[in-house]
Amino acid sequence: MTLTTTLTYLANPTKFLSLTARVLPWLIAATAIGLAIGFYLSVMAPDDYQQGATVKIMFIHVPNAWLSMFVWGVMSVAALGTLVWRHPLADVAAKAAAPIGAAFTFLALVTGSLWGRPMWGTYWEWDARLTSVLILFLMYLGLMALWRAVEDPSRAARAAAILTLVGAINLPIIKFSVDWWNTLHQPASVFRMGGPTLDRAFLVPLLVMAVAFSLLFITLQLAAMRNEILRRRVRSLQMMQAGQQAA
Amino acid sequence: MSFGPYAAFIVTSYALVAAMVFFLIAWIALDYRRQQQRLRELEASGVVRRSARPAKEPSSATETR
Repeated sequence: MTLTTTLTYLANPTKFLSLTARVLPWLIAATAIGLAIGFYLSVMAPDDYQQGATVKIMFIHVPNAWLSMFVWGVMSVAALGTLVWRHPLADVAAKAAAPIGAAFTFLALVTGSLWGRPMWGTYWEWDARLTSVLILFLMYLGLMALWRAVEDPSRAARAAAILTLVGAINLPIIKFSVDWWNTLHQPASVFRMGGPTLDRAFLVPLLVMAVAFSLLFITLQLAAMRNEILRRRVRSLQMMQAGQQAA
Repeated sequence: MSFGPYAAFIVTSYALVAAMVFFLIAWIALDYRRQQQRLRELEASGVVRRSARPAKEPSSATETR
């Protein structure tokens, strides 16, 4: 099945709900197993010679930070789907992803802060990386507020799609902030030219946690999209009911 | 197992992540139950989607979605 065929197939919400019902139990099981293995490897990882045991915070901080940007990337593709291809599920996907992305961003900020206090001597520093991620978090909250402020989902979808695409400018700023400016935050140590600088003892738990949190995102995203489809069905039935009562 | 002098920071971080993940799961699960409940109530009151209506007799079989 090609990508176009798959997207066309998933354009039918009923077929999407059927697919979700079949896939979700497997995803839930895979996520639970992934998180359990990742947690075990994180706890068992040795202390770093500089960071000591606080290196364990990195195993949850880094996946959440990656996902905070990845989710906005997913929402940007969905925004294109809304504005360009007018795919029926594009705005459903974007709306469902926003609170999940906000949660990952919040966790990245808080766990980074809790790591920064013992390692940097401060919970917060207005440096380029931290500030740009804080802006990302505020943009998530703004998008969620926009979705709630506009009652008609199709009108809200267009406004949210434009805001999402404008906000995507922040993604390369976050990624390259540590290279463009002199920041307290360390530069990339996993996805970089020349390969990861991390020792295998830290790289393995980090990557396992990254896979587990990615599975968590996919699971939550599908479940939240299913809820959004049902919410729209409820809305249309309520409108039909109001129309029948008025007639 | 000891996390040394930074145990409070490590445990707080993991506890916060666990709490947020449980919150997200509970929020989505409760929302699912709420939407299903609303759908059931609406359908029980006689309001059904066009696609969920039974097909009409063959003489008026143009509306078969």
